[in-house]
Amino acid sequence: MAEKDLLYNYSLHLADNSMILGQRCGEWCGHGPVLEQDIALTNIALDLIGEARSFYQLAADLKGGNANEDTVAFLRDVMAYKNVLLVEQPNYDWAYTIVRQFFYDVFHFYLHSELIDSNEPRLSNIAAKSLKEVTYHLKWSSEWMIRLGDGTDISREKMQDAVNGLWEFTGELFMPSSIEQQAFEAGFAPDLNILKPLWQEKVEDILAESTLFIPENNYQQKGGKTGVHSEHMGFILADMQFLQRAYPGANW
Amino acid sequence: MQINLEEAFQKRIDDEIKIEPRDWMPEKYRKTLLRQISQHAHSEIVGMLPEGNWITRAPNLRRKVALLAKVQDEAGHGLYLYSAAETLGMSRDEMLNELHSGKAKYSSIFNYPTLTWADMGAIGWLVDGAAIMNQVPLCRASYGPYARAMVRVCKEESFHQRQGYEIMLTLCQGTPEQKAMAQDALNRWWWPSMMMFGPNDDNSPNSAQSTKWKIKRFSNDELRQKFVDVSIPQAEILGITIPDKDLKWNEARGHYDFGVINWDEFNQVVAGNGPCNKQRLKARVDAWEKGAWVREAAVAYAEKREKRNSNKENSNAA
Repeated sequence: MAEKDLLYNYSLHLADNSMILGQRCGEWCGHGPVLEQDIALTNIALDLIGEARSFYQLAADLKGGNANEDTVAFLRDVMAYKNVLLVEQPNYDWAYTIVRQFFYDVFHFYLHSELIDSNEPRLSNIAAKSLKEVTYHLKWSSEWMIRLGDGTDISREKMQDAVNGLWEFTGELFMPSSIEQQAFEAGFAPDLNILKPLWQEKVEDILAESTLFIPENNYQQKGGKTGVHSEHMGFILADMQFLQRAYPGANW
Repeated sequence: MQINLEEAFQKRIDDEIKIEPRDWMPEKYRKTLLRQISQHAHSEIVGMLPEGNWITRAPNLRRKVALLAKVQDEAGHGLYLYSAAETLGMSRDEMLNELHSGKAKYSSIFNYPTLTWADMGAIGWLVDGAAIMNQVPLCRASYGPYARAMVRVCKEESFHQRQGYEIMLTLCQGTPEQKAMAQDALNRWWWPSMMMFGPNDDNSPNSAQSTKWKIKRFSNDELRQKFVDVSIPQAEILGITIPDKDLKWNEARGHYDFGVINWDEFNQVVAGNGPCNKQRLKARVDAWEKGAWVREAAVAYAEKREKRNSNKENSNAA
């Protein structure tokens, strides 16, 4: 793949991860368990969508023509989205939301810690800005993991359920798509093999402190990175793209 | 003695000296403020729902981020206002219980549905616009914590109002469908916005006392008139029509005349029969109840950690 196409596709993958997780976090706005945390999760949604915009803008520049962040973000169908399955999983409850966030934050943190050294300055610039935010996200979700895991019997049970439910979507983070593999070989994306043990160690530490366990069944789902998503994805896009699709070409 | 306290209190108010939480105040002043500030806080929190309804469907990324930030601002306003109200002796949880039980009210405007994207524009332009008319004078309210909270609230509200108007302007300069969407939103939000100023002055029993205490600086009708006068040229710029056939410039008064408000509708919505009263309250109660285990766990964990720390200190001391 030509370097430009590769960078385009890799940017889209990174953008889609943050976009879809940001969309999920945004669903909580106005419905959080306590006002301060409603505000905190909305902040995270804002950071994630902000990061997605940077990557979409980069993708749009590479695509050229009339492309802009919105055409790139809103005018693709499910198969063309390259986000991991983890980020599209529904909110279900606060436990699922926190565990999903935590698993992704750990990955996101180490990813950007490496991406800062990318030989592609447009990627490293976005990573540098985003890393500050992600460092906070990880602190926030780690604290909630511990607080709820080691809180009451009920909260521990809910958190363990969420860990069990989401664990099968964590492996995909480290299964490189052909885009990620080529991007790594071209020197602008990190080696997922380096990130995996870092992720594993951090997750094990926090789970231990949360008095939670990694489930025995370690079967891992995959597909998001290649456009084979869960059933949830179509509904996310139906909401997200409604106005763009119903009023083609309108300015908002 | 009591009389002297009240006289001294009124003198401070007349002299524009702020009343602070530890100052003596008449019980009725405290209750009036508590009711007003907690209602205002509840309005911010319930007000997150109609706009939150469009976050996942915002038409582009810029608008999505702006809407998220706006709704988040409202949560922040709720926080400042609950804090201000807490200085009058009621906890946030108690205030929320009153909201959830239906005892406490919130602004009726949030009992109307948001049907299209243009409603995000109309709410910003008209609802936030009307809120600002009400709220700017509150920055000078006699109760210090309230006045200070309102300074921050008003800064953000005026930004929201411009943002809403800009949404309307974009729609009105867009396709015919978009302009029709803007007109439809104006049709639905105009009269409810007019009702936000409350009953006519001759039908507003608490106003005189609130004015004497400098909680209220302008009457409901004065503020409503100001809103009408400001909104008409704004609608003209947009090129859409305010749904009131009686709107007419009155040279003698130096103001616009306007039609009669449907107070029956207002009273029905206040009484709980608006299109979304039940839905809004249920959303708040659901969020609170579904969050109970989270709040309980946070408290349990904090207690455990404190205990562990004090055990550690004890064993260190030994």
